Amino acid sequence: MSLLLEGVSHIYGEDTNLAVAALCNINLEIPEGQFIGLIGHTGSGKSTLIQHLNGLLQPSHGKIYFNGKDINEKSFDRKELRSKVGLVFQYPEHQLFEVTVFQDVCFGPKNLGLEQKEVEIRAYKALKQAGVKEEQFYQSPFELSGGQKRRVAIAGVLAMEPRVLILDEPTAGLDPAGRDEILGQIKKLQKETGITVILVSHSMEDVAEYVDRIIVMNKGKIILDNTPKEVFKEYKCLEEVGLAAPQVTYIMESLKEEGFMLSAEVTTIEEAKQEILSCFKK
Amino acid sequence: MGIIKAVQLAFEYIRRDEDGNVEGITRAIDGVDLEIKEGQFIAVLGHNGSGKSTLAKHLNALLHPTEGTVYVDGKDVREADKVWEIRQTAGMVFQNPDNQIIGQVVEEDVGFGPENLGVETKEIWERVEESLKAVGMYEYRKHSPNKLSGGQKQRVSIAGVIAMHPKCIILDEPTAMLDPNGRKEVLRAARALNQVEGITVILITHYMEEVIHADKVFVMDQGKVVLQGTPREIFTRVEELRKLRLDVPQVTELAYELKKAGLDVPEGILTKEELVEALKSLKK
Repeated sequence: MSLLLEGVSHIYGEDTNLAVAALCNINLEIPEGQFIGLIGHTGSGKSTLIQHLNGLLQPSHGKIYFNGKDINEKSFDRKELRSKVGLVFQYPEHQLFEVTVFQDVCFGPKNLGLEQKEVEIRAYKALKQAGVKEEQFYQSPFELSGGQKRRVAIAGVLAMEPRVLILDEPTAGLDPAGRDEILGQIKKLQKETGITVILVSHSMEDVAEYVDRIIVMNKGKIILDNTPKEVFKEYKCLEEVGLAAPQVTYIMESLKEEGFMLSAEVTTIEEAKQEILSCFKK
Repeated sequence: MGIIKAVQLAFEYIRRDEDGNVEGITRAIDGVDLEIKEGQFIAVLGHNGSGKSTLAKHLNALLHPTEGTVYVDGKDVREADKVWEIRQTAGMVFQNPDNQIIGQVVEEDVGFGPENLGVETKEIWERVEESLKAVGMYEYRKHSPNKLSGGQKQRVSIAGVIAMHPKCIILDEPTAMLDPNGRKEVLRAARALNQVEGITVILITHYMEEVIHADKVFVMDQGKVVLQGTPREIFTRVEELRKLRLDVPQVTELAYELKKAGLDVPEGILTKEELVEALKSLKK
C-alpha cells in the first residue's frame, strides 16, 4: 500500500489574480510501514499535501498513485481510497457528534456498508487500540476530558482500518503525559499492524522520539527528507525556515564546542545521556 | 493586597438533564488560595482537566465563583457592577487566534477594544500604535489578519488586549497551535510586556520550556494548587511532576538522568548554559 507523488503542484485560485502556489513540484515516495514525521512552519504546505493523499484535494499538476493506480482517474474508487488512507484532522474531537462513544466510532464502518456485527467488532477493536477504557464506551463523548475525546476521535478513523494513517497535530493542547500516551499508542499500533503513519507536528522533541523519517517542508517544497539524525544535523537550515532541533541537540552542540569529545548527532535524551556518560568514563 | 487574590475559591460545573434536574456536579476548582503581586510573571501548569482554564476564567469574571471569591485589583468579582472594570483590568488571550480576531485589518482589530470602552478617536489611534509596537506587529498594521501566520495572529490578539490598558494579562495556552517560531514570538512578546511595560502576566501552558523565566509557578491538580514556587524549585521535583501528568524541560530531564546515573550535577538545572557549565566543572 504505497503512495507515490510525481511532480505534484497545487495552486489555490489558479487563473485568478490571487493565485497562490501551495505545493510546487513535489516528488515523494511513501512505502508501506514507515512512521513519517512531516514538519514545517505554519503555511509551509503540510496540510495541503496531506489532503492530496486521500483525494480531498486534487493536484493542479502532477499525479498521485496509490498502489500504482492514479487516484485522480475517473475510474478510480475514491471511496475505497478514503477508507484506506485515514486522515485525523487537527482538534478531531470537534467532529464527535453521537450519543455514546461507541456509536460515534461505529459511524465510519457503518457507512462502509458493513454488517452490524462487523461494525461493532471494528469499533471495539479501534477503541482498544486508541487506549479508550471500556467503562467509557457508553458515556457521552462530550463528558470526557480533552485527551479522552481525542482518543475517541482517533478511534473513529482507526475503525475504518486504514493502511495509511495521517494525523495532523494529534497532540496539540494535550498535557505532557497525554502527548506521550497518544504517540505511544500510535507507535505501538504501527509496529503491530505494519500500517504507514504520517505525523504532522510542531514538536521537534516528539518527532525526534517517534519517527523513522522526517520530511521538512518550506514554501510548498520538500527541503529535507531523511532520518531524524540527518535532518536535525541541519539545525541551522531548520532555523532559517522557522523550525528548530530538539533542545538536546543544542546541548550536545554546545558541549562539543566546549571541547567535550562526543557525537553531536543526538536527538533524544536517552542518547544524550549515554554519550555524556561515556565521555566521563574515559 | 496583590493584583489578584483568590480566597478559598471553588467552582462547580452543574450538569442538568432535559428537564433541568441536576445530573451531576463536577468541582473544577476546589478551595484555591493564591496571591499574585503586580508586575510578576506567573506560570500555571497542570494536566488537562486540572482546573487551570476554569481558574483563569475567574480572573476576569467570565465565571462566577460557587464559593469563595477573587479580588482583581481590589475589586470583588462577585459584584456584578464591577464586571466591566475587572475585564478592563485583567485581559485574556485564548488558545486559538482565529476565534479572537474580528477586524478586517490588523489596526481595526486592535482598535476594537478601546473603541468599545468609549475612548476618544485620537487616543484609540495612539493606543493601537503603541500596542502593535509592543508586540512587534506595527509593520503589519494595514494587513489583513487572515494572511498572517499563527504567531503573528496571536500577537495581534495580545495587542488587542493591551490596547485596553490592562494591568494584568492572562494567556490561556497561547502557543498550543503554533510552530516553534510562532511560539518564540509570542513568548518574547509576553516577556517584553512584563519587563518593559510592567504588566502582570499569567501564562497557562503545557510547554515546560516556556515556564523557566517565570517569577513563580503554580501547579494545579484536581482543582487545587498542589505545588508552588520558583521554576527551579518546581523542576527539581521531577517524579512528582510526572505523577501529575507533567514533565520538565529536556535539559532538566537530561541533568536529572545524569545525576541518577552517578554524575554530580546540581539539581534543578533550567538552561543549556547551566548544564554545560556544570559538566565543564566536573570535567576538571
